[in-house]
Amino acid sequence: MIEFNGVTKAFRHGASARLLRAHLQDAIKRKKPDYFHALSNVSFRIEDGESLAVVGRNGAGKSTLLGLVAGLAQPSEGRVLVEGRVAALLELGSGFHAELTGAENLRLNASLLGLSRARTEEVYDAIVTFADIGDFINEPLRIFSSGMLMRLAFAVAIHVDPDILIVDEVLAVGDVAFQAKCFERIRRFKADRKTLLFVSHAPVLVRELCERALWLDRGRVMMDGPVNQVLEAYEGQAGA
Amino acid sequence: MWNGDYQFLLSNLIQKDFKVRYRNMSLGVLWSLLNPLVTMGVLAFVFGRLLHSPQRNYPVFLLCGLVPFNFFSLAWGSATSSLVDSTSIIKRVAVPREVIPISTVLGNCLHLLIQIGLLLVFTLATGERVTWNWLWLPFIWGMFVALVCGLSLVSSAVNIYVRDTRYVVESFNAVLFWLVPIVYSFENISPRYAEVYRLNPVAAMVMALRRILMDAAAPAPSLLMQLSLGSLVTLGIGLFVFHRLKQNFYDYL
Repeated sequence: MIEFNGVTKAFRHGASARLLRAHLQDAIKRKKPDYFHALSNVSFRIEDGESLAVVGRNGAGKSTLLGLVAGLAQPSEGRVLVEGRVAALLELGSGFHAELTGAENLRLNASLLGLSRARTEEVYDAIVTFADIGDFINEPLRIFSSGMLMRLAFAVAIHVDPDILIVDEVLAVGDVAFQAKCFERIRRFKADRKTLLFVSHAPVLVRELCERALWLDRGRVMMDGPVNQVLEAYEGQAGA
Repeated sequence: MWNGDYQFLLSNLIQKDFKVRYRNMSLGVLWSLLNPLVTMGVLAFVFGRLLHSPQRNYPVFLLCGLVPFNFFSLAWGSATSSLVDSTSIIKRVAVPREVIPISTVLGNCLHLLIQIGLLLVFTLATGERVTWNWLWLPFIWGMFVALVCGLSLVSSAVNIYVRDTRYVVESFNAVLFWLVPIVYSFENISPRYAEVYRLNPVAAMVMALRRILMDAAAPAPSLLMQLSLGSLVTLGIGLFVFHRLKQNFYDYL
């Protein structure tokens, strides 16, 4: 179950990678920080077993929303309630290291996602089989194609047995056969009354995987409802 | 909330650091031995031979200073930038953030163990004996590692907000080399400054180490108190500050 209650997330402009000089200048000039609202007063609720697609243009606040669900950031205002174990596939290769082999990365990633040592060894073969990248499992990650990287990342995430799976765009780099395998797996996942949160710019994938969609624009909820209606409205607006 | 296997996660992160560092080195772990040996050789030549240090068993005397100092500066320096270097983990995976700087410090402990081995071999080879006081070694090293963890928790968190923190730490370590009794002995310090000088925990560590290995005696109780109290308080402050600052890491990376 995921519940957002009047959630606002503001970031300070130019907050990251600041040197001491910038901090001192602000202090001397008594400059008030200006904020950028990535999300404004967002409320929704997803029950167990539901699958929600988040759509919207670049910079609409989709990633921020996923970051809040994954517990990576705190809301500036409002309340975020998430029940269950979350596994997030947010960006290809995050938490992976190019110099380590596929197998080493598999274990590292499993432990980052919260799997125990014993459980990792139990599902190790299943992950390797699912990823289906052959002998590359013993090669360093830097020679992987983006498709192979995604295969491994998805295989680990789905075997963490999460209650909530967050998938941000990454499925797009898989080939047709692997996408079909992922869909099959996600359908089983949904049948187990687990929750899927999906972000994609490919309407075909969105319709395939989700019944419900949430349309964000400049941090505000434009529409929340059945996937076809929301996508129609969104595409109509985007085309106009 | 993340409720995974801390021990498995830590061991994976430490192994990652270790493998990434050594996989592309033809000499591999030998570097961990070569570095202090070369530094010791140069310092022993300059201060021992050219400047005629009166110190008995000068090579071991130097290593007792170099091994803790090298660990301190390397571990603290690399841990300070560890969070910024792990942006892809912080922004994408909900692991407890404390794990990142702490695993970097513990990763450096692998080199430390190799260097301690070198130190002990030199100690025995130059005619010192093994005594019961060696049992103090695990304790003081444990405290020393706790100290570095505490400092790293603070500096790595602050480094996210103020990115030149790591340069401050590096410069500080360069100065620290001369404020720790590595090439000279604590006895050379003028009594006027001795009390202040003694407060430096790295100096305390070096003195405790020399006392155990070279004087075959237990470190003074006041020294042990200072080392353990200082380390535990630093670790406590580190955890507290880190906890306060970590809420906003995502926003500032």
